[in-house]
Amino acid sequence: MSSKYSVIGQRVHRVDGPEKVTGNAKYTFDLVLPSMLYGKILRSPYPHAKILSIDTSKAEKLIGVKGVVTGKDTLGKKQGIWRRFPELCDEEILCREKVRYIGDPVAAVAAIDEDTAEEALDLIEVEYEPLPAVYDPMEAIKEDAPQIHDGVELNINVTRHIEWGDVDEAFKKCDYIREDQYRCSSQAHMCMETHDAVASFDYSGKLTVWTSTQSAYYIQALLAGMLDLREGDVRVIKPHTGGGFGSKFELDSSQFCACILSMKLCKPVKIVLTREEEFTATKRRTPMYYYLKLGAKKDGILLAKEARVITDGGAYTGMGATALYLTGFFSSFPYKYPNYRYDGYRVYTNTGPTSAMRGFGAPQAVFAGESQLDMLAEHLGIDPVEIRRKNGMTPNYEVPGQAYIQSCGLHQCLDEIDKHIKKRGKLPPNRGIGIAAYGFMSGGIFNWFDTPYAFSSALIRINIDGKVDLFTGACEIGQGSDTTLSMICAEELGIRLEDIRIHAGDTGICPPDLGSWGSRETLMNGNAVKMAAADAKSQLMEFAAAKMGVNITYDLDIKDRWIHIVNRPERGVSYFDIVKQAIRGRDGEAIIGRGHYTPHRKGMISPAYSFGLQAAEVDVDPETGRYKLINVTTAHESGTVINPVGIEGQLEGAIMMAGGYGFCEDQPMDDGKILNPSIADYKLIRSVDMPETEILEIDTYEPEGPFGAKEAGEGLTNPTAGAIANAVYNAVGVRITDLPITPEKVLRALKEKEKKGKKSK
Amino acid sequence: MKKELKLTVNGQPYELYVKPKTLLVQVLRDHLALTGTKRGCNESSCGACTVILNGMAVKSCSILALQADGGKVQTVEGLASGTKLHPIQRAFLDHGAFQCGFCTSGMLMVSTALLNENPKPTKEQIKEGIDGNICRCTGYNSIIRALTAVAKGEYKEGK
Repeated sequence: MSSKYSVIGQRVHRVDGPEKVTGNAKYTFDLVLPSMLYGKILRSPYPHAKILSIDTSKAEKLIGVKGVVTGKDTLGKKQGIWRRFPELCDEEILCREKVRYIGDPVAAVAAIDEDTAEEALDLIEVEYEPLPAVYDPMEAIKEDAPQIHDGVELNINVTRHIEWGDVDEAFKKCDYIREDQYRCSSQAHMCMETHDAVASFDYSGKLTVWTSTQSAYYIQALLAGMLDLREGDVRVIKPHTGGGFGSKFELDSSQFCACILSMKLCKPVKIVLTREEEFTATKRRTPMYYYLKLGAKKDGILLAKEARVITDGGAYTGMGATALYLTGFFSSFPYKYPNYRYDGYRVYTNTGPTSAMRGFGAPQAVFAGESQLDMLAEHLGIDPVEIRRKNGMTPNYEVPGQAYIQSCGLHQCLDEIDKHIKKRGKLPPNRGIGIAAYGFMSGGIFNWFDTPYAFSSALIRINIDGKVDLFTGACEIGQGSDTTLSMICAEELGIRLEDIRIHAGDTGICPPDLGSWGSRETLMNGNAVKMAAADAKSQLMEFAAAKMGVNITYDLDIKDRWIHIVNRPERGVSYFDIVKQAIRGRDGEAIIGRGHYTPHRKGMISPAYSFGLQAAEVDVDPETGRYKLINVTTAHESGTVINPVGIEGQLEGAIMMAGGYGFCEDQPMDDGKILNPSIADYKLIRSVDMPETEILEIDTYEPEGPFGAKEAGEGLTNPTAGAIANAVYNAVGVRITDLPITPEKVLRALKEKEKKGKKSK
Repeated sequence: MKKELKLTVNGQPYELYVKPKTLLVQVLRDHLALTGTKRGCNESSCGACTVILNGMAVKSCSILALQADGGKVQTVEGLASGTKLHPIQRAFLDHGAFQCGFCTSGMLMVSTALLNENPKPTKEQIKEGIDGNICRCTGYNSIIRALTAVAKGEYKEGK
């Protein structure tokens, strides 16, 4: 790390750290307001049914119950983040005529305490007429399948097509072509804080909502739309938030039902989803059926790729349409395919809706694509690292019609992992290393939300004592944006981290920001913060230059609270003195800096991309199929590293989550019912299962990012499942093509292999 | 019918009347407003509600408050002495051993109990010691590094 920065690149404590390690940090879950009521939601026990009637009279009579609402109490609007594409807004939240999955909400109760609300749920009588249901997208897409949404033929919710070059012609020129199929499972976000909200509607017609969210702005705008309020009358405040991972930037049932109840009663209402509801009635990672065709010349140069994907949409669109697009886009990553074609179909089923989850379609693409690439390389007798070198993206590469990539350190990552593998030396029997390469976006350029605002914005105020208030709509959900943005602000202003106080994720006081999804905050909000700080700094500099009477040819700068001439750092004045004098000189007006960022002319996907290569080492017990993750080493480049402790945390956390996706996490279902809706039954990677982790940071500089930075959040979730699949193959010679790679599957494949071996003898 | 409950929490004695089915976590959070202790699952699977009861780490969502009658409870709020943070808290800060922070209180308490019982645990003992607590953000290794540093004496008084 270059020493030209004084805050960036330093190992600092998180700005929210002291509050979090003392238990003092307040989450929505902790909030209690005077006269607050507690809400509970009644959900459908049927995967697909007509609602014939709902009788709430008994529940309403229960002592302690203050109000019951059903779909009739709503405006009957359908919600979705797709304000540009209203046909994709398909979720009522409180269903009026029909339920489409086990967990679809039908009524909500507010009572003096949770127990009473729970008791009242049992007294609500809902008469259903069960309808035929379908749970598998391959079945749902058939002519005679039950129709889940009116007017949606073959239950096809969305289709996406990406194409460049001439794929069919290119396959004719290939020396070797392979076709393979893969199945990617679902995954629960499993945030430690379940979805929750406290809504308070007051007699002046204003609504305040405290909620655990990744985007206060989206929730504000979506609630205003669903409740027919003006956006300015809805204030959304995000207290400390216990994780998101993609599950918390859409409007959810706790938020909507708390608001409907509060508006009916003019009292604050709190709803916290139970862990079971979190598993069964919030969104989840999109399961996918992948068909891939890949063609290469003898020397390993890839000529063409075709991907056809059917995704299990579950009952509603959610963010699934974007996952469908991104899985297609990232199926081409991180290689230079001259010819590429993707067709994706998102199909409704009567299961819990699938949506965004960390990686947003890319982990599926990388698992399938990197498995197949290894299979192709083996056939051609080419080393896995080498084939990736031959085809890997390089800086200033254009993905035809899709994306323009500026910085790209993939080849340095390949070199580092190559060294790492060689260093591990010859492995004992049944041990193997597998690699997977990946890339990811630094925020999306998509504007399906049709926001008229800049994608990111920030405002700073320099107070008389030099302390800076930084206001941003960016949402800290644990990923570290409060710290990273404060560091960017301090660096640009030339002051210390402790001089910054950040106010984030409150629509009442912060300028809008689309929120924390798509790995966007460091680059997008970082640019906005940097611009706001530069704006404020220039105002200080005007005053300092006048005060110091410096030669017009000299440049001024601030470092560590010292305003000075760049070439003569000893000639300067204190930042604090200049702030005081500048504010007095401006008739007492505090110094305000404004910044905003919206990507323009940066292709269709993202303004910048991170890259990396991961090597996973496994040790398989061939007797049982059980295997251990021994070591996961990642060469990663994310531009200038702003917050190194943050990146380590993102990386290790991603290995736990993406390793779990490859290793054990799954949501098996029976007739649309999730069979493991508890932490006891949902297998996660725990402390004892965690492998050694190592990060090899590759130095790159992204011209579009603040101080050269780009994303380091979701991309790290992409490689692990694919790397594990390749490692298991390299260890014991069995290829598992459906996730998760459980011991059962490994053992079955080993037995199959043994049988075949005997036959062939 | 409510029953009397006597409890010392973070050195402070309390006398309360609670329903027999009230859980220890409910007393701490709802009656005493000690909201540092979290509830992540309510079925003793996630560890976010871990507190120390009579010297042992327990999951307070799975203990009736009345079972703790007469007992001594330490919660995350009782770790620091005034504004002076406990060594494990300092180590968590230095090593970035938390992100969203929702599991952190429970993780700190299980760690405290672990190091109270075994001040020099091996890496494997640390891994096993915190195995009942789930963190969805960090991947545990930073937590293990923090606890290793404490065990090595890097956070002793004066350091």
